Amino acid sequence: MSSRSELIQQRLAALSPVELTVTDESHKHVGHAGAQDGRGHFHVHIVAAAFAGKPPLGRHRMVYAALGDLMETDIHALGIEALTPEETKSQELK
Amino acid sequence: MNEETKQKIEQQLRDNPVLLYMKGSPDFPMCGFSAQTVAALRAVEAEFAHVNILEEPDLREALKAYSNWPTYPQLYINGELVGGCDIAVEMYNSGELKKMVAAND
Repeated sequence: MSSRSELIQQRLAALSPVELTVTDESHKHVGHAGAQDGRGHFHVHIVAAAFAGKPPLGRHRMVYAALGDLMETDIHALGIEALTPEETKSQELK
Repeated sequence: MNEETKQKIEQQLRDNPVLLYMKGSPDFPMCGFSAQTVAALRAVEAEFAHVNILEEPDLREALKAYSNWPTYPQLYINGELVGGCDIAVEMYNSGELKKMVAAND
């Protein structure tokens, strides 16, 4: 795991996740214009009770807020999948 | 953010009920996330305007502060930020995007 992924994980710990997977997808974007400033592309799968009752926009805002300045310094693009523990259960039933 | 840029953003949001701030244009998107968002809008036959933020560096920074949203694309419906690519695709999958766009005709 890259140290950037670890940094992202550390920041997102503030949301008390029960599941958290950070994937560095920067290698998929080498040579793309957005990759030239050296920041990375990441995907976050996060499951936290704190998302309950929040619409997707609010959940993404919570993730961005927890990441703070990393969005400026290390992250160029971020895919976010933010679920509550209940939602992961209903997904498994499908 | 200077007042002129802020007014420009507010004017764009007033003039365009469905507005996508993106990298590149719908036919030549310069980023995979922008491309996916365009695909979702086209799939629900949305009429939408776009602003290529790569051509507008001042606006690019100002809009991030205005919306308190750090990345692009940014999709707005009726002046409200709906979200970025993940949210647009999620709403496409749930049928909500189609409803929002249709309510707007």
